Amino acid sequence: MKTTITVNGEARALDLDPRTTLLDALREHLRLTGSKKGCDHGQCGACTVLVNGVRINACLSLAVMHDGDEVTTIEGVGTPEKLHPLQVAFLAEDAFQCGYCTPGQICSALGMLAEVAENQPSQETADLTGKIAFTDDELRERMSGNICRCSAYPQIVAAIKSYAGELA
Amino acid sequence: MRPFTYERAASAQSAVKSASEHPNAKFLAGGTNLLDLMKLEIETPAHLIDVARLPMARIEETPEGGLRIGAMATNSHVAADARVRARYPVLTQAIVAGGSAQLRNKATTGGNLLQRTRCAYFYDTSKPCNKRQPGSGCGALEGLNRNSAIFGASHACIATHASDMAVALVALDAAVEVLTPSGQARSFPLMELHRLPAERPEQDTHLVPGELITAVVVPPPPTGGQVYRKVRDRASYSGGLASVAVVGGAIALGAVAHKPWRAADAEAALASGASPAEAIGQELEAASENGRNSFKIDLVRRLVPAALDEAKANGRGA
Repeated sequence: MKTTITVNGEARALDLDPRTTLLDALREHLRLTGSKKGCDHGQCGACTVLVNGVRINACLSLAVMHDGDEVTTIEGVGTPEKLHPLQVAFLAEDAFQCGYCTPGQICSALGMLAEVAENQPSQETADLTGKIAFTDDELRERMSGNICRCSAYPQIVAAIKSYAGELA
Repeated sequence: MRPFTYERAASAQSAVKSASEHPNAKFLAGGTNLLDLMKLEIETPAHLIDVARLPMARIEETPEGGLRIGAMATNSHVAADARVRARYPVLTQAIVAGGSAQLRNKATTGGNLLQRTRCAYFYDTSKPCNKRQPGSGCGALEGLNRNSAIFGASHACIATHASDMAVALVALDAAVEVLTPSGQARSFPLMELHRLPAERPEQDTHLVPGELITAVVVPPPPTGGQVYRKVRDRASYSGGLASVAVVGGAIALGAVAHKPWRAADAEAALASGASPAEAIGQELEAASENGRNSFKIDLVRRLVPAALDEAKANGRGA
């Protein structure tokens, strides 16, 4: 089935079995292996990508559902030569051990910060009608869809806070 | 996944028409539950009708002073809507208590209502499950039933409904709008969407095959406080062991039955002057347990009065 998805700014024409997930299309067909397959059931967040700027689990979506969409993977966030400031923060804070969850953590954090900027509530948001206070509890709650098997959570929180502080 | 054909619906009318023409067709919206179940070959549709881009994602004011939430509005979109947050905080609280942000960004209002149970025996295709394979038996009855139903279960099925959002909507007396296979619109109380398992646990709802949910309508918010409380094993991103939505004098319970459970006996007791503890005691007279889930009875006994107190305090603050 023919599908065109704009991936990291470039229109990519694909001809896929409809069963192909967005994650498999990225990894196996476009050879963008930065997005990781952890659980393949939406439980770990390693496959998190941005679709039209919104974070989703690429493993729980069919590629054919994304005809015409703009997808950003970790390869579109930064490159080894030109790291994104959030990637620099992950390095500076030592926010990983094995690194397998890291592309998902970074894409998720970028989506999460956009959600906070839009004042979207979470279950840590006490005042639903006011402006969100971006506390550590808010940050941790909002990142709970990304599991780190090495348990680098304190450093991940520090890296995201460091980057968010630069934005502020 | 088993092979299937895929189409993107051009309109709601053409979607229901296509569903009536294709045997074993399913509507696909966010896909967060359906695609997971298809990978496990628990769901094996022959044809998928993608309805995600149909123009049914808006949240609109109704003439009565309520809100009409389009079935394709994502969970995140509904939870963040300023009108929902101001007038139906219980709905925002319930939605953000479910899943992860990534899932809520994709999952839709209609899909959330139609998500299937998380009972371990439904998911494990090597085990009997009357819901997955009618007539095969219920593995949970004598098995790992820690999170099974305590209200309205049958000897055929003790699974629970997993939605948080639906619990809040039931407490809000929401209605569902659907399009029938012949293209007629009909509307009915959300309370009447989901069914109890009885002898047919494979049927989660009273929808006719091929019917499409197009919207959920919430009436004007009643007076009194609102709150959603959820008890679970982890602080975040975990299914509930028990949850409760309180909206004024209305009480709905989650994760305790095959459907969002409206605690009508407790409501009636409260209305006639009973204390919160007495009221939930009345409701729990109908509760049953299967061994490992017996703690849920005590959990509900404590959770509901606490939520009623909190809702009362919220109502005073408003």
